[in-house]
Amino acid sequence: MQRARVEDARRDPGAAAAISLRGVVKRFGDFTAVDGLDLEVPAGVCLGLLGPNGAGKSTTMKMLTAQAIADEGGIHVLGFQVPREAKRARAVMGVVPQQDNLDEELTARENLEVFAHLYRVPRRARRQAVDDALALAHLTGKQLTKVDDLSGGMRRRLLIARGLVHSPALVLLDEPTVGLDPQVRAELWGLIDGLRAGGTTVLMSTHYIEEAERLADECALMSHGRVIARGSPSALVAEYAGDRVVEHYGPPGRLTEVERIARGAGLSTRRTGPSVSVLKAETIPPSLEDELGPDGVRRAASLEDVFVVLTGERVE
Amino acid sequence: MSGANRGVREVALPQGAGKTVQAPRLRRFEFAPVAGIWRHELALYKRYWKSQSFASMVEPTFFLLAFGYGFGSMIAMIGDYRYLDFVATGVVGVAALFTSVFPGMFNGYIRRVFQHTYDAMLATPVDVHELVTAEALWIAAKSAVYSCTPLVVALFFGLDPSFGMLLVPFVTFFTALGFGLFGTWTSSVVPSINSFDYVITGVVTPLFLIAGTFFPVDALPGWAQKAAYLNPLYHCVELVRDAVFGLDPLADLGHFGALVLFAALMWVIAVRGMRNRLID
Repeated sequence: MQRARVEDARRDPGAAAAISLRGVVKRFGDFTAVDGLDLEVPAGVCLGLLGPNGAGKSTTMKMLTAQAIADEGGIHVLGFQVPREAKRARAVMGVVPQQDNLDEELTARENLEVFAHLYRVPRRARRQAVDDALALAHLTGKQLTKVDDLSGGMRRRLLIARGLVHSPALVLLDEPTVGLDPQVRAELWGLIDGLRAGGTTVLMSTHYIEEAERLADECALMSHGRVIARGSPSALVAEYAGDRVVEHYGPPGRLTEVERIARGAGLSTRRTGPSVSVLKAETIPPSLEDELGPDGVRRAASLEDVFVVLTGERVE
Repeated sequence: MSGANRGVREVALPQGAGKTVQAPRLRRFEFAPVAGIWRHELALYKRYWKSQSFASMVEPTFFLLAFGYGFGSMIAMIGDYRYLDFVATGVVGVAALFTSVFPGMFNGYIRRVFQHTYDAMLATPVDVHELVTAEALWIAAKSAVYSCTPLVVALFFGLDPSFGMLLVPFVTFFTALGFGLFGTWTSSVVPSINSFDYVITGVVTPLFLIAGTFFPVDALPGWAQKAAYLNPLYHCVELVRDAVFGLDPLADLGHFGALVLFAALMWVIAVRGMRNRLID
């Protein structure tokens, strides 16, 4: 077994990471969804894949399971070359899709039993695996309830449990909390955090900044099919937004003036509705502060600032 | 999967970081996904067996009684057979067609487009050809049982029992396998679920009318007779009749070969069609 690992690593250095994508391109007709993507996810890390809609996050996820085939580049998942060895890779990874595709006619338990079969959980371990997945998702008491009768939050937890029923080494979470209310979202964050703490490698795509800040060890920002920045949330904030941000409120003319002055001094700005935020406020010289005006409100810089500055997109 | 530790290897994780798991060695075609998909079907069937059985068994029985007694009162014999016996064996083929092509079409489409069940399954160690095979085998197995209903009913109306009747489920299994796969393939090429109207009216209806089900193929115009020979349902009906009334080994081998060839061809195009739809 050790030899097999060494051979894999020799065959391609990308095999050493839990996930490795090199120069990956995926086109749909004239549209390039993923454009020369390079991404490595070390084992045991939770990587948040951040990006606006259409950035290529879901396509990237689908390529990792070979449900989309890359036009160019190389992909390794847990040492297996995808798509050639995708079936073996899928056996040791779990997928939680953005779209709820549970079977509504079956009970929570039946859904998990079917997938325990499909994931090749040995017969003698199947019942325990299903019990454990139900317990993990706090659904033991609802195991005989039809999915159709479960609440939105329960269904989402069941979806996560389904991807974990075979205790995978890697979990792909595609927008795991999209469309859920804040309370349910917080519940799921606890579940995902537990995975990370247990040593499972997690690749989580999201466009919720708060989700990435709370859960991810590292974030990769995607835009137009490429990773445009990567690092821990705090490192990204420090690099692109600094320590503090100053927000100026006022009529449109005033905001335009603030933007002009700040950019003229080489500072980054972002519009947030009725205000303009000037990033890296700690680097603003006193003379420039006077020029910008006394109406600025200082606050801590956030990952959201980085996201907006780098992608030019609004966030939710 | 029993014996899952056989032929496993640990996946490549660097420096012992993260969780260590074992990846089973998987063959190109495995029966474990088939068992898993049948588990899914069985769970659904446990809920809907009554309605499914009612539709699958009562409808062909109505055909049998309506044609058998309706036309049977005007046509006593066709060749050496009582008309009721002739129709009973024909309706077996019709039942095999209906109980396979419609699940193939509608289940295939609904699970792919509306429920996204297949997307979920393909995120596990299941390939498209295994998925298509498992679904088709389930449809064929069910159809093989249901399509024998007209024979059982006909026994109560005077059809002589014979040992050859035991071959009928095998004949209808292969017939249903082909038509189930045909349904799956059409589900992968139609632009919307409403397009099935074209398939039902333009393909399925002519198939069961030009197959020697309710009247002999010899009674048809020459071109229709030639068309019937290309119709898999015709070969099914001929095989069923020979199984019930007496085998004609050489001809029956040809009929059986036609059914196997049809199923194999449908498997190839159904897998290709579904792969085109399910894999980007």
